[in-house]
Amino acid sequence: MAATTTRPAAAPPVRVVVAPAGWRADLRGVKVVWQRELIRFWRDRLRIVTSLLQPLIFLFVLGGGLANIASGGTEGVDLRTFMFPGALAMAVFFTAMFSAASVVWDREYGFLREMLVAPVRRGSIVLGKCIGGATVASFQGLIVMALAPLVHVPYSAAMVLEVLALQLLLAFMMTAFGVMFAVRVTQMQAFMALMQMVVTPLLFISGALFPLSGLPGWLAVLNRLDPLTYAVNPLREAVFAGLDLTPAAKAALLPGITWFGWQVPIALQVGVVVAFAIAMLSIAIAQFKRA
Amino acid sequence: MSRPDLAVEVRGLVKRFGDVEAVRGIDLDVLAGETFGFLGPNGAGKSTTISMLCTLLRPDAGSARVAGHDAVTERDDVRRNIGLVFQDPTLDGYLTAEQNLKFHAELYGVPKAVVPERMRLVLEMVGLWERRGSLVQTYSGGMKRRLEIARGLLHAPRVLFLDEPTVGLDPQTRASIWRYIEELKAQEDITIFVTTHYMDEAEHADRIAIMDQGKIIALDTPAALKASVGKDRVQLQVDDADAAIAALRERFDLEATIAEGHVTVAVDGGEAFVPRVFAELGVPIRGVSVARPSLDDVFMSYTGTTIRDAEAGGGPDPIMRMMAGRH
Repeated sequence: MAATTTRPAAAPPVRVVVAPAGWRADLRGVKVVWQRELIRFWRDRLRIVTSLLQPLIFLFVLGGGLANIASGGTEGVDLRTFMFPGALAMAVFFTAMFSAASVVWDREYGFLREMLVAPVRRGSIVLGKCIGGATVASFQGLIVMALAPLVHVPYSAAMVLEVLALQLLLAFMMTAFGVMFAVRVTQMQAFMALMQMVVTPLLFISGALFPLSGLPGWLAVLNRLDPLTYAVNPLREAVFAGLDLTPAAKAALLPGITWFGWQVPIALQVGVVVAFAIAMLSIAIAQFKRA
Repeated sequence: MSRPDLAVEVRGLVKRFGDVEAVRGIDLDVLAGETFGFLGPNGAGKSTTISMLCTLLRPDAGSARVAGHDAVTERDDVRRNIGLVFQDPTLDGYLTAEQNLKFHAELYGVPKAVVPERMRLVLEMVGLWERRGSLVQTYSGGMKRRLEIARGLLHAPRVLFLDEPTVGLDPQTRASIWRYIEELKAQEDITIFVTTHYMDEAEHADRIAIMDQGKIIALDTPAALKASVGKDRVQLQVDDADAAIAALRERFDLEATIAEGHVTVAVDGGEAFVPRVFAELGVPIRGVSVARPSLDDVFMSYTGTTIRDAEAGGGPDPIMRMMAGRH
C-alpha cells in the first residue's frame, strides 16, 4: 500500500479505530450514564434541596407536632427518633424518583435518542441510570443521616454502614421501579402524577411513619405486599440497634415482619428487596428495549 | 454480495405503520465518498428511511447495508460506523459541549488517547472550540446544530447521516452549516447522506434522490435532473400582459402564464429565445430574465406539484382555494 492518495499535510485526520462490541462496551455504557447522573445531580442544587425538604418536614414538623399526642404509644421514645428511619427511607425515595423521571425528561429533550442509537446494549443504559439514581439518592440519605444526633440517635460505624448499604439497595430498587414507568410515559406531568399516585401510598403503607404492631388486618396485608416494607424495617432495626430500648418499647415499635405468624429474618427481608430490585430492573430493561 | 465501493446499499426496503405504507419498496446505492442528497416533502418517508438505515427502525421487508454491514443483523457494527445528526436536538443542555462530546466518545468506544485531539479537531471545524466549556443550554439553535455535527463526527464514522440539518435555522446559519459539510468532505474520507426539503440546498449534493409518497421517483446528479426537465423559464416584463400572451401564442406557439407578476414561458434554449422575442413579439418589452430549471422545477415535473403544495397535503393552498371560491 504505497502512496495511494495524497492529503494536504496541514490537517492530517486523526485515525480512529473504535473499540469493538462486547461486555467492555456495555460496561463503558453503564459508566458514562452513571457519571452523567452524578454531573447532572451536582448541577441541580435546587433538586438537592427540594428532595431533602420533604423528609425534614416529615421528621420535624409532623414528628414534632404529633409527638405529644403520640407519646402514649411510643413507650417513652421520642416520636422523631421513631420516625428517623422513615425519614432516611424518604430521602432516598424521592431522589430516586427524580432520577427515574430524568428518563422522561431525556426523551422530551431528545437526549434519550443519543443513548438509544449508541452501539451499546440498552440494558447497560438502564443499569447505569439505576446505579446513578442509587448513588445520588444515597448521598441524600447521608445528609439526612447526619441529623441523627438531633433526634437522639447515636452514631456507630456499624449503623452508618448498614444504613448506607440499605439505602443504596432501596434507591436502586426505586430507580428501577421509576424507570419501569418512565419508559412508557412521555409527559413529565403525567409521570409526576403517576408517581404521586403510586409512591405516596407505598410509602405510607410501608410503615415508614408508624410501627407495624397492632395494624388493622387489611393494612397488615397490604403492608406485607409492599416491597418498601422490607427495606424500611431493616433500616429501623439498624438505627434502633444503638438505642437503649425497654422490652416493652421494642415490642411496640419494632415488632419485625411476620408472614402468617412467622418472624421473617432480616436477611430474608433484604433478600426480598434484592429480588424486587432485580425484577424491576429486568422489567425496566425489557421496556427500554422496546422503546 | 456487498460491494466495497458502496456506503449504502438498499434493496426493496419497506416500512409500514399499521395500514400506512410509509416506505414502499425502495432501492438505493450511495457511493463511498459522495454527498448524497435525499429530497422530498415532509411525510415523503425520508425520515423513516433514514431511521431504518441507522438501525432505529426494523424494516418490514427488504435489506439495507450501511458501511458494509447489515442494518438488521449487524446493528452494532452499523452504529459504530455511522454518525447521526437528527432533526430534533439530542444534546444534554445541562452539560457543557465538552461533556456532551466526552459522553459520546465513551459510549462509542473512541480510544482515550485520541479523544482530546479528535475533540479539538471537530470543535474547531464547527467553530465551537472557544465555547467548549459553556453549558449547551446557553447555545443558540445554530450553535447546537453545529455541536451535533461535531459530535456525529467524533468517532470518525464512515457515513454521516444528516436528517434536515438546516431546518429551522436562519439563512446565514444554513449557509455556514453547508460550508462545514464541504470543509469536512475536503478533510475526511467520509460519505454524507443528507435529507432536506429545501430544494436549493440539494444543489450541494453530488447526487440526489427525490422521494415522494414512499417511493424514489428520481435519482441522478442535480445537473442531470435539471437537464431532464429541459426547458428554461423566461420571464418578460411588459406593460400589456394580455397582448404579450396573445402575441406569444400567435407568433411562437407558446402558452404563457403570469407568474410573480410577469409573463412567463417555458422554452428550450432560453438565451437564444431572447433576441427572437425582442425582434418578433411586436409588444414593447421593458425587461427579460432567463432562468435555468431549478430543482423545484424538477420536483414539479416528476410529481406534478410543487414541494410546498405537496407538504400542504397535495392540493392547492387552502387560503388560495378560499379566495378562489369568492369569485
